[in-house]
Amino acid sequence: MNVPGGIDGGRAAVPLGLRFLLLVIFSLLLMFVDNRDDHLSRLRQIFSVAVYPIQITVSLPFKAWQMASVSLSDRVSLLDQNTQLRNEQLHHRVRLQRMSALEAENIRLRAMLDSSPRVADRVLVAEILAVDLDPYRQRFSINRGLGDGVYVGQALLDANGIAGQIAGVDTFTSEAILISDADHAVPVSVNRNGLRTIAVGTGDSRRLSLPYLTNSADIESGDLLVSSGLGGVFPSGYPVGQVVEVRRQPGQLFAEVIAEPAAELDRDREVLLVWTAEDIKQSTETTGLAEAEQ
Amino acid sequence: MRDPDTDWILPLSTFVLALSLSVVPLPEMVAAFRPDWVPLVMIYWAIVTPERFGLLTAMWLGLAADTLSGSLLGQHALAMLVVGYLCLRFHLRIRVFPVWQMSMSVFFMLAIYEFALFWIDGVAGRTVPYVERWAPVITGVLLWPLILGTLDRIRQDNKARV
Repeated sequence: MNVPGGIDGGRAAVPLGLRFLLLVIFSLLLMFVDNRDDHLSRLRQIFSVAVYPIQITVSLPFKAWQMASVSLSDRVSLLDQNTQLRNEQLHHRVRLQRMSALEAENIRLRAMLDSSPRVADRVLVAEILAVDLDPYRQRFSINRGLGDGVYVGQALLDANGIAGQIAGVDTFTSEAILISDADHAVPVSVNRNGLRTIAVGTGDSRRLSLPYLTNSADIESGDLLVSSGLGGVFPSGYPVGQVVEVRRQPGQLFAEVIAEPAAELDRDREVLLVWTAEDIKQSTETTGLAEAEQ
Repeated sequence: MRDPDTDWILPLSTFVLALSLSVVPLPEMVAAFRPDWVPLVMIYWAIVTPERFGLLTAMWLGLAADTLSGSLLGQHALAMLVVGYLCLRFHLRIRVFPVWQMSMSVFFMLAIYEFALFWIDGVAGRTVPYVERWAPVITGVLLWPLILGTLDRIRQDNKARV
């Protein structure tokens, strides 16, 4: 083994078995600390800078494909799309006018009730890096990190509803955990009657499970689930999903309720990071926020 | 003049390629069958040039895989260390095996690799599926002759050129 010029040449004095043992102990220690506490986030950030080029390179072909499909599409279809988007925008504007009046009224009513609304105040568009993490977990990486003021536990939305939250922040990227991950749960309420419960991920991006509803609970297929704002992670009132199946078995205490997420978890390319008013108040001194202001 | 046996470019680029391939997005149908590129490439280099690629290389690659996949820091590193140790311990034997016997050794090493990952997931209390875990072992073994052939060929060409 002791070949001159080889990089292991000098180290071969230590027997292989011992070296193996030492390194195994080292990695076990690493895992132990990583699993228990948050001490290793600095180390992770350093590593993540080293592997960042790989993430970028891997997602490059997909970006190129998107750009190509825009620049190569013909004039007519672009014009079509343009008109359609204009119509859509008009439609949304009309709804927004009503919305601002409603919001003002809501805040006034809440002030009377002495409860503070948790309204999402600022959003930042983040792009999903086309990188597959562990196929067995519903997670992905986004292209915003520490520099943008992202923090662990921050809510993540897409155009249709709540998508997930941030699980880890690195220097340039962050890891998000989706509401459909088997380790994730969202506090929700039924929009029709305000019934509160918890929607748990199943590992399947088209299914959420609501395991804590009794057989007599007032829930039926088609009910809209919105975030309840309890737990303090997600802003309240955003759509989470729609109940698609309610199965009540006479012998069981709890009903089996399945919902379909409102967010298009398996098709998203972009998501919105949300800062609530309280977050902004808490971190006005943070420098990174200035950049994220757009 | 570069000596192919101390050349760094080829091994390094294969490692980077393996790491990239391990995170390239795949359709959901085939994602479970994604081969373990990183250990496969690592096995190759540890068998043909054990004096250069040893346990430290294995650990660094494992840590890179951990960072990329967002798993527990040290999880892939430990699995890679075990594979690296087996390679170094038995490289003299494996090197002279015929291809099918070599593939069998690779099969066992990949199985141990997957088992280590699976086991750590279980101990750390992360929910893991069961059956799909073993699919990469199969695809990895099927790919092994290809990887062996390609990399051997490139190395021979490099030698001939010098």
